[in-house]
Amino acid sequence: MADTIELRDIEVWDGNMAASHALRQVQVDVVAAYPITPSTPIVEGYAGFKANGYVDGEFVMTESEHGAMSCCIGAAAAGGRVATATSSQGFALMLETLYSASGMRLPIVLNLVNRAIGAPLNVNGDHSDMYMGRDSGWIQFGAYSPQEAYDLNFIAFKVSEDHDVRLPAIVNQDGFMTSHTAQGVHTLSDEAAFNFVGEYKPMNDMLDLDHPVTHGVQTEEDWHFEHKARQQHALMTAVIPKIEAAFDEFEKLTGRKYNIVESYSMDDAEVAVICMGTSVETAREVAEEMRANGVKAGVVGIRVFRPWPLEQIAAVLKNVKAVGLLDRSSPHGAMGALYNEVAGSLFNTDTKAVLTNYIYGLGGRDLTKAHLVSIFTELKANADAGKPTTPLQQYIGLRGPKLSFF
Amino acid sequence: MEKKGWDGFEIGAMLRTFDGAVQDIATTLPENRPYSQSSSFTASVADWRIEKPLFNKDYCIDCQFCWIYCPDMSIISRDKKMVGIDFDHCKGCGICVQVCPTNPKSLLMFPEQKDEEAALAEWPKKEKKDQSEEPKED
Repeated sequence: MADTIELRDIEVWDGNMAASHALRQVQVDVVAAYPITPSTPIVEGYAGFKANGYVDGEFVMTESEHGAMSCCIGAAAAGGRVATATSSQGFALMLETLYSASGMRLPIVLNLVNRAIGAPLNVNGDHSDMYMGRDSGWIQFGAYSPQEAYDLNFIAFKVSEDHDVRLPAIVNQDGFMTSHTAQGVHTLSDEAAFNFVGEYKPMNDMLDLDHPVTHGVQTEEDWHFEHKARQQHALMTAVIPKIEAAFDEFEKLTGRKYNIVESYSMDDAEVAVICMGTSVETAREVAEEMRANGVKAGVVGIRVFRPWPLEQIAAVLKNVKAVGLLDRSSPHGAMGALYNEVAGSLFNTDTKAVLTNYIYGLGGRDLTKAHLVSIFTELKANADAGKPTTPLQQYIGLRGPKLSFF
Repeated sequence: MEKKGWDGFEIGAMLRTFDGAVQDIATTLPENRPYSQSSSFTASVADWRIEKPLFNKDYCIDCQFCWIYCPDMSIISRDKKMVGIDFDHCKGCGICVQVCPTNPKSLLMFPEQKDEEAALAEWPKKEKKDQSEEPKED
């Protein structure tokens, strides 16, 4: 039996340490990993817990990220609680197996510490890796701070392993900005944390020798479409209610309240920015300052990126006149993903807000308060004009001539 | 197999081998196992085959080489005696014939439509091995 750790009520942890403790506390059976910056300390910390007797499960060092996720898939099919962590290029190498995990309906929790994808090679934070996984069938949570990276791990296990869900889940946190920034984190005791997630309940597990099962079968045109439809049905109908139930239960336990879509100062907002990760906290601060200057500014943070909360987004933006969609990933030949998703969420509604897209922060470039002031100022002009007064897609914080499209 | 709708089957890319629970399956003969419709055991792939192996028990020494080497478990053996071939699953690869050590071989490949009695009637006689003919196979 693994030793417990007596945590202080508030520990000074960075996002990686917080995630590492969460994995320890839920007593994961198998962590298979190939460490990569900036997610390395999650599995490094976990291996330390294992070496020091705080973990009963197995830690498997694999030959690559493709091998790490493959090992997680095997362990999950066998019937274990499974987790790993990665970033960037490592996530890219996992991509093929991510589709296997979700299609096989295996609950796995992946801590994705967001980092740019090269070339040029870059270890710093942006959301390129998060965006790369968005069609892979995984549930995607977004944490904006170490506290949230810690909390959302418990939510992720609880939802992912639910027998009505059985879909893998990613907990995103910003590389370095969250993963390596130590902050006060309110902790759960080992017992409370484990009890919140509960004992792992196997389903269709290969270790149930009385019910032999073949996982990862091949289907062609006669069955594949039905399997994918069933997967989409679970993602679209089961996941959001289960997350909401888990958020409610978590609030009762900790007092910390999470929402599918986080909204700040949105009740009477005329203009709003929508973003993810640490940018949400910066935007909130600037929105307050804009309000002091008479601009009714609000901020929407995406807490659950997949399944996309179409109805919740439409509801929160109902009375807004101009929205800035902040994408921290190069869209490479299109409007940013948030722009397209939000436009799709509003198109068939009565909300005719002016939408504009900002590409920012690639490769760890800072998003400053001054950037956000200029964005809010432009949004206010759009709201007053009732139409875009700027190009639809603009690059923010870029050196050289101003870059924009459409 | 019945083609169910998208909400009519178990989730995941998984199939069950048996209907219900099984115990001591290793000691249960295949014909007594509750194979499910989704087990490949219940599906015939006989039409994959263009040549078939036929078995002549007059020469068989029950060495079980064919049983061990068959990649599809299509050699039926009971109490270490060669009984015959499972033609629902045999793909006609010919490995059993290759590994048969008797002289003449107790298993030989024939065209799929070949009549078994006719094949047995024209089975080759014992060959006198000429050392100089061919290099020995491993």
